[in-house]
Amino acid sequence: MSLDAKIPDGPLAEKWSRHQAGLRLISPANKAKIDVLVVGAGLAGASAAASLAELGYNVTCLCFQDSARRAHSVAAQGGINAAKGYQNDGDNVWRLFVDTLRGGDYRSREANVYRLAELSLRVIDQAVAQGVPFAREYGGLLANRSFGGVQVERTFYARGQTGQQLLMGAYGALLRQVERGKVRMLPRREMLDLVLVDGRARGVIARDLQTGRLERHAGHAVVLATGGYGTIYYLSTLAMGCNASAVWKAHVRGALFANPSFTQIHPTCIPATLETQSKLTLMSESLRNDGRIWAPRKSRDERRPEDIPDDERDYYLERKYPSYGNLAPRDIASRAAKEICDAGHGVGPTGRGVYLDFADAIARQGQTVIRERYGNLFDLYEKITGTNPYETPMRIYPAAHFTMGGLWVDYDLMTTVPGLFAIGECNFADHGANRLGANSLLQACVDGYFILPHTITDYLADDIRTGPVPAEQPPFETAEREVRERIDRLLAIRGTTSPRRFHRDLGITLWNHCGMMRNHADLERALADVRALRERFWRDVHVTGSADGMNPELEKAGRLADFLELGELIVRDAIARNESCGAHFREEHQTDDGEARRDDTEFMHVAAWGHAGPDAAPQLHKEPLVFESTTPTVRSYK
Amino acid sequence: MRFHLKIWRQAGPDVAGRMVDYDVENVPGEASFLEMLDVLNETLVARDEPAIAFDHDCREGICGTCGVMINGRAHGSLRGVTTCQLHMRSFADGDTIWIEPWRADAFPVVCDLVVDRSALDRIVQAGGYTSVHTGTAPEANSIPVPRHAAERAFDAAACIGCGACVATCKNASAMLFVAAKVSHLALLPQGRVEARDRVRTMIARMEQEGFGGCSNTAACSAECPRDISMEHIARLNWESIKARITSGS
Amino acid sequence: MDTIAQKILMALTGLFLCLFLVVHLVGNLPLLMPLPAAQLRFNAYSEALSHNPLIRLASLVTLASVLVHTLVSLVLTRRNRSARSVRYAVARPAETSPWYARRMGLLGTILLLFLLVHMRTFWWEYKFGEVGVDAAGRRDLYGVVVAAFQAEWYTALYVLCMGALGYHLLHGVASASRTLGLHHRRYGRWLEGLGITFAVGVSAGFAVLPVFVYIMRG
Repeated sequence: MSLDAKIPDGPLAEKWSRHQAGLRLISPANKAKIDVLVVGAGLAGASAAASLAELGYNVTCLCFQDSARRAHSVAAQGGINAAKGYQNDGDNVWRLFVDTLRGGDYRSREANVYRLAELSLRVIDQAVAQGVPFAREYGGLLANRSFGGVQVERTFYARGQTGQQLLMGAYGALLRQVERGKVRMLPRREMLDLVLVDGRARGVIARDLQTGRLERHAGHAVVLATGGYGTIYYLSTLAMGCNASAVWKAHVRGALFANPSFTQIHPTCIPATLETQSKLTLMSESLRNDGRIWAPRKSRDERRPEDIPDDERDYYLERKYPSYGNLAPRDIASRAAKEICDAGHGVGPTGRGVYLDFADAIARQGQTVIRERYGNLFDLYEKITGTNPYETPMRIYPAAHFTMGGLWVDYDLMTTVPGLFAIGECNFADHGANRLGANSLLQACVDGYFILPHTITDYLADDIRTGPVPAEQPPFETAEREVRERIDRLLAIRGTTSPRRFHRDLGITLWNHCGMMRNHADLERALADVRALRERFWRDVHVTGSADGMNPELEKAGRLADFLELGELIVRDAIARNESCGAHFREEHQTDDGEARRDDTEFMHVAAWGHAGPDAAPQLHKEPLVFESTTPTVRSYK
Repeated sequence: MRFHLKIWRQAGPDVAGRMVDYDVENVPGEASFLEMLDVLNETLVARDEPAIAFDHDCREGICGTCGVMINGRAHGSLRGVTTCQLHMRSFADGDTIWIEPWRADAFPVVCDLVVDRSALDRIVQAGGYTSVHTGTAPEANSIPVPRHAAERAFDAAACIGCGACVATCKNASAMLFVAAKVSHLALLPQGRVEARDRVRTMIARMEQEGFGGCSNTAACSAECPRDISMEHIARLNWESIKARITSGS
Repeated sequence: MDTIAQKILMALTGLFLCLFLVVHLVGNLPLLMPLPAAQLRFNAYSEALSHNPLIRLASLVTLASVLVHTLVSLVLTRRNRSARSVRYAVARPAETSPWYARRMGLLGTILLLFLLVHMRTFWWEYKFGEVGVDAAGRRDLYGVVVAAFQAEWYTALYVLCMGALGYHLLHGVASASRTLGLHHRRYGRWLEGLGITFAVGVSAGFAVLPVFVYIMRG
């Protein structure tokens, strides 16, 4: 298969506008004859569903949560980037483009990233009009702050709840269309298969999580906006329900999966302390604007952090990266924390933690200012840990966070399955090997509001005479039967181990061998372990309850079964990418001072994997990355 | 730590439920309340009993999915937290803990501790937004918003829609929820445009959904994990009175 | 009519009744004067009230307010009860709201019963009973009052009922002002303080009268 990303010709800055001008349109009357399925109601899904319905399509939107307002977009704390240039600090679209491309270590497409930066201008307008209460200056105009990996202030924020507020905007837009009858909103539905008719995505099989009934939903196109799969690491910053099932089913049905191993490990999370722990809580990266990260110089220093004098502290980010200091990009900050802990300087009961210290900031700016900026984050920290960060430094450690990998999409955000689109975190498109802070909300909004509605119209222009897609046809019947058989199979095993335990084992394997640092031997071991775990899962998992009615154990088991297959692909991708880039750090490929060493001759490509069956080796397709307007350089944040 | 739990079990929406006793042991004090339920569920799975269904997702207090009545208190007795942010260290070893689903006729029980809160979605659906089409928005800084207005709007917008206000209100009233949305948008120039219609349609929908009326006991605000203030209920009433006086219909 | 409109009615009638309470209390203050002025002034006031057409109109409005306030509260209570048909096995409402805010119905019922007793003792006697005349030749309501509060239990009942009134007002005034949309970041507190002062002042004022009469005129 040759991968055509369909990047438009022309100068970088004009690619999108030219392309958009060339996209086909559909008259309002004809749009009313077309049904679109949107899976997921987070920022990307809700914005897309709302925008499509506004245009006149009939939209059915499914989400596994009990309400469209709950998707994990709510948890994005820090902010959203936009190249508005309000702060007179020299920011513009080009700089956001370069920062994103460079932050991603030149493993993303120039054209996509430029479009992201270009459309960032409109996202803020949209959100403000929806009533998103962004932080403001005393003059009533919008405030900005800086964020990891950049030297300008271009991040718009709403206290520590930017994601929630943006999602409320999109949710409102979505519900407005529900009220108008243009969107049929179906919460508590989990997509369990993709249905192809004559090679085109025409529907999904979903399980009603409340009644247990399987449903067929048919449409002319399917949009996946199902978020990331960082939960595969078991402990992650993601919500418990986040999963890869929808994208994995799409992958099994033919959609290529790109760069699956590119996982961002977020540097500032509350460290894990317990075996019973179910998730890790992120402390917004914005804390690094004022907080200083350090570890004791003395190994296994048991003193209270306040008692360690300044000259016995190692402010290692400031030491290693003088120009960016504590604002070094996420992958670098995470790795640095791991290294310092591996060297025995970690703090806390597990030795897996470093200090994030606000004493200097409080002394310099006063507690009121710090409280105003981070009050809710400090409160959150205190609620969880029982210690007061105004008095004693926070303890933080990296945790699995965002997945840059996802379904391969072309410039139009369409996967390799015609009629199947993927937007937001579930595609691979814009972040390369590492996502820049405050770019995830941006991508979700841009994809959903401003790109997909245009590109999907071009695709659907062929469908104005198709008529309604019937759900009563053989491909739907087959898919539904297969889904039912798999559920029955899971319930019939009645082994001895709960899905949760399997998940934990999978997570530990991936975290240890395919986490922040990877090497060939470990990865090979992980591959064998994940396979063995999958084999044992299908022999020994124990799912209580039945398929009728609500059964959270069954949901977990189903998601885990997909994770076990995806886990293998993640490891394979990490093995195949025999270089270091961004968040993918292969220990074999580092410079003398421990920085990632890219191999641009061999690996300047997107690795897109094709499914060949559960036990067959996947096929690797390479989409070369061409840099016309920039020259890939070695990332340096020193 | 060990606890004696009394938990509402109900297999489905149309069957009767009852309180069932469970004992759970070896729970670390640092575990969250939901992690304690995870531990219990693991033992149930080991005994081949159906796990207890409870709603939860982000487990960091922002998604609004979780929420149960704990010893007669919505999200437990700790102020300003959701159930997922409650830690077992705030209980005493050996405590008996009663765990019940939100109770309101507008929130029918789905299964065990899971209730259907879609009534809240339907209230927002009636008008809890600005009617702005994608792409039609003017330049963001073209309308300055006084900083204090934005901050107060945020205070209201911080609502996570968990339903604790309804669950705790003696009348199962949704006033604080509606007030938060109405107030958030009424305080911003972008939301002012439709303020009159919004308050009318949202109140009408709230009434249809079968919530009780407001008695101003302020229990909702006391139990709200986001500390939404009663001030917003006053503002909702004010907006409602204005809309009644000025509307033609 | 939606519950908010009903609440507005409750608030408006309630506030009107508050106004009535003030007028009533001020009118009763002569009871505290030394004799014989107390008797003469009080009886003069009573007579003036019963012959003033404006006051008659006002008393009709007061009666209507009581009826509307009562009936609407019944409608609201029914609805509020039906919003939760399955109750909690364990509920600890006392931790999140004051008891009197949750017991307005009970307090209101006490006040309604009190009102009947009160009307029977004074209004009915004054209108239809055998009442003497004072030195000025006016019907001696003052004498009726003094006679009524000779009984300890009756005086105690009054004081208790005024306690109920105090709590009813304490929540009622605050609730009504919120229902009418009054709120202000800065002046809200003043308003709150005013409400509390009003509730305590009026109920204490009304409670002092029977006690005074019982002790001083016994």
